Amino acid sequence: MSYQFKWSVLWSGQSGHWLLQGLITTLELSALAWVLAVALGILSGALRTVPFKPLRAAAVFYVEFFRNVPLLVWMFFWYFGVPPLLPRGVQDWLFDHGAEFWAGMLALGVYHGARMSEVIRSGILAIPRTQFEASVAMGLSVWQAYRLVIVPIALRLIVPPITNESLNLLKNSSVALTISVAELTFQTRQIETYTARAFEALTAGTLIYLVLCVSIAWVMSSLERRYAIPGLIARVGGPG
Amino acid sequence: MLDLGVIVHNFKFLIVQGFLGVGSFAGGTLRLAIPAIVLGFALGIVVGLARLANAAWIRVPAVMYVEFFRGVPLVMVIFWFWFIIPQLLGLPLPEYGIALTAFVIFEAAYFGEIVRAGVQSVPRGQVEAARALGLSGAKAMRYVILPQALRNMVPSLVTQMIVLFKDTSLASIIGYVDLTKAAQIVNNREIRPFELYLFIAVVYWICTYSMSRMARRLERRPTTA
Repeated sequence: MSYQFKWSVLWSGQSGHWLLQGLITTLELSALAWVLAVALGILSGALRTVPFKPLRAAAVFYVEFFRNVPLLVWMFFWYFGVPPLLPRGVQDWLFDHGAEFWAGMLALGVYHGARMSEVIRSGILAIPRTQFEASVAMGLSVWQAYRLVIVPIALRLIVPPITNESLNLLKNSSVALTISVAELTFQTRQIETYTARAFEALTAGTLIYLVLCVSIAWVMSSLERRYAIPGLIARVGGPG
Repeated sequence: MLDLGVIVHNFKFLIVQGFLGVGSFAGGTLRLAIPAIVLGFALGIVVGLARLANAAWIRVPAVMYVEFFRGVPLVMVIFWFWFIIPQLLGLPLPEYGIALTAFVIFEAAYFGEIVRAGVQSVPRGQVEAARALGLSGAKAMRYVILPQALRNMVPSLVTQMIVLFKDTSLASIIGYVDLTKAAQIVNNREIRPFELYLFIAVVYWICTYSMSRMARRLERRPTTA
């Protein structure tokens, strides 16, 4: 391998600025998509328990269809497929206001909303029904049982899988480069194109993702350890 | 408004070339997904068992391997291999080889975690009983632990296979002609993005949904089978 390393390309010229811009876009895209995903996850989860069949069926359809199709296909669908169906004026407005970012956000949020729905649902199903019965038998009111027993346990059960899924969302935001959203992977490729320094550019991008994911996982798993109830929830697996 | 003619006219290209990989392009979703699943799982068993090893010089690299690949987006890993394999080999490799290598190495980290969790789910008493009967460590693993662990792993294994199957669409970024790329190629000529992308979404969905149905059936089967 006869590759000459030249790390200075990362801080000379515009590279540093591009990386920072990319990181900011990745965080913005992920944060907005995360809010959408959690909202859709809770909504579709709640609709699946409603005593009205068409609504239940719609929620099941949403979850099963959207999470079982590749995110890349959704990116293309929302970016290339949907805008031509909109009125001309709306299309023009969208393409003047960063359509690729909004399409990417929608693709990421709607896809992960379906996955989030399953994560939240299995978290809630994991709470033993006896916890509630025991609290009521001890003389707690329903409100107290929820506030003092069910919600504290539910949060501890749900936070680890939600953290995991949120990190998946963050990593999957890189797929938005296919519809030219200028996020971190896109900027890494741009540095590669301008400087012809693939190794250095890819290292920088990879390290940023790694630091981001590992530090979030580490913070969440130390929170998890700190608030664990001894003997109730066995901690399985490491961070991440 | 929906023009299904575009699907009918290009059905053969999309399915035979894009999905199955039979045609003038060296492509195909299935031709990539099946070996990636088999080889990724095989490497995953090695990684998972290495993570459980007592010797630190085996365990620590395995932990680093898993944590590294689980902290990096797959898109990034594909670009890495796209760049580094020709550098290392000194000659260009077709997209198929690059994509397959990237998927196997990336997914092995995830399969490894599943194998580890599966092995750890086998009660400790089973190992002790096997050793007390005179089986060696390797034989206890081969005849007692792994068969039970595999059964516990089935649901998460199928989930990971579905994830990998969907991830193969990312090979289109480096120009591999899979189902997604085939739809892009047709769309460049026909400009019917809504119909085309919805159609391939349905094709992907039929595959992944039937995989998950199969998994549910396997789960319901009594574990003593």
